[in-house]
Amino acid sequence: MSIPFYVPPEQLVKDRAEFARKGIARGRSIVAMEYDQGILILAENPSDTLHKISEIYDRVAFAGVGKFNEFESLRVAGTRHADLRGYLYSRSDVKAKTLANAFSQTLGNIFTHEVKPYEVEILVAELGINGDQNHLYRVTYDGTLSDERYVCAIGGQSEALDELLRGASFTPKPLAKTVRRVAEVFGQVLDRDVDGWEAAVLEGTERRRVFRRLSDTDVASALS
Amino acid sequence: MIDRPTSSFTDLLESLGLEPKWDLPGGRGSLEVPIATTVLALRFADGVVMVGDRQATEGHLVAHRTIRKVFEADRFSAVAISGTAGVAVDLVRLFQTELEHYEKLEGVRLSLDGKATYLGRMVRQQLPLVFQGLIVVPLFAGYDESAKLGRLYTFDVVGGRYEEREHGATGSGSRDAKAYLRSAYEPDLDEGAALDVAVRALVAAAQIDTATGGPDLARGILPNVVTVTERGFEEVDEERVSDLASAALETIR
Repeated sequence: MSIPFYVPPEQLVKDRAEFARKGIARGRSIVAMEYDQGILILAENPSDTLHKISEIYDRVAFAGVGKFNEFESLRVAGTRHADLRGYLYSRSDVKAKTLANAFSQTLGNIFTHEVKPYEVEILVAELGINGDQNHLYRVTYDGTLSDERYVCAIGGQSEALDELLRGASFTPKPLAKTVRRVAEVFGQVLDRDVDGWEAAVLEGTERRRVFRRLSDTDVASALS
Repeated sequence: MIDRPTSSFTDLLESLGLEPKWDLPGGRGSLEVPIATTVLALRFADGVVMVGDRQATEGHLVAHRTIRKVFEADRFSAVAISGTAGVAVDLVRLFQTELEHYEKLEGVRLSLDGKATYLGRMVRQQLPLVFQGLIVVPLFAGYDESAKLGRLYTFDVVGGRYEEREHGATGSGSRDAKAYLRSAYEPDLDEGAALDVAVRALVAAAQIDTATGGPDLARGILPNVVTVTERGFEEVDEERVSDLASAALETIR
């Protein structure tokens, strides 16, 4: 019988983190930013059908970067969690905080217990109701959960994007202006042409479900 | 994951043991529970209109005067209920969640036909309740986004699903509502005329069927009137329903 080598936990965590970070760094970034009427989520995505941004519940949206199958399975789990809660209790009992917390628990467990950590980063956005504050949560590969204000970036260039977008003070602007600003910052950070946009907003009070995808023409007209 | 379709919310509930379950004693029961009465729908040029009265009865008593029987199933469809109110309202809630769950997981909505088939299946699953006298019969209508027209479906207690070309009604007053619709219905009505016919049919049913609550202008109790067109599900505003109802009440005899 062979005796397994002793690996100190510091080394184990470091190796895993490095592995996950490498995977995520290859992924294209996503930015969520508040504007005067709601929350915009903008991602670089060449595909029209393989979405990175999705609706989870009435006022909650999800975005993921990294390996598609990994964040997709988290999205499905999140949707199930939300629909189950809404059905068993009330629609108003489904909150982004609970979802972000569940993602954080799941990713944390996978990071320490599974053979390979998930190479993903998750963003959960919630549009506040009746003038309540909006929420932007970011969950990283090891389950670290952070609560962001106004702007939240995930993926490869998230730090650079976040820094450029945040600035000294933040005032929400109209949607078209916000799309332009985020796209411009993407251009600065990437130093190449963007390979197709995927965009969605959480906006409005008329309908129960406030998630809406922006078409390519919507984005193009905002950018022109 | 791939060996069974997992986009179903009911499957999820079943896997957790949370699906609606009925453990009933044998023999026919004699429960006195609120019964929802008349709902009807008809096709017009741009889509469908659906109307429901607001009353629930318990034997010879009025149990509720202002319950809702017409619901948004999803953005492009509406569902209305008749029969045992408690069971029916819960069925609608599960149906709504089911459609939304599918739409979010798959990224596309079910076809209108698919939604109707699924609703039929849900009604069939209630079959043991039927023998206890707890009957639920829905009415389903919506705008078919691919065929670009309104379609409507009626059901029977065993989940049989029937597509109607003109109009449909269910509940205690449905016979009288249908009698009115047969004489007043014309294909390709415009929206205004369709709303008028629909409200008049409900008022006609309320005249004969004591379980159906007609518009009660003094108390401000008005039928629920909705349309589903290319624009999606829309509730007709109260002021307009009030005008339609008083016009119908004035001329009825």
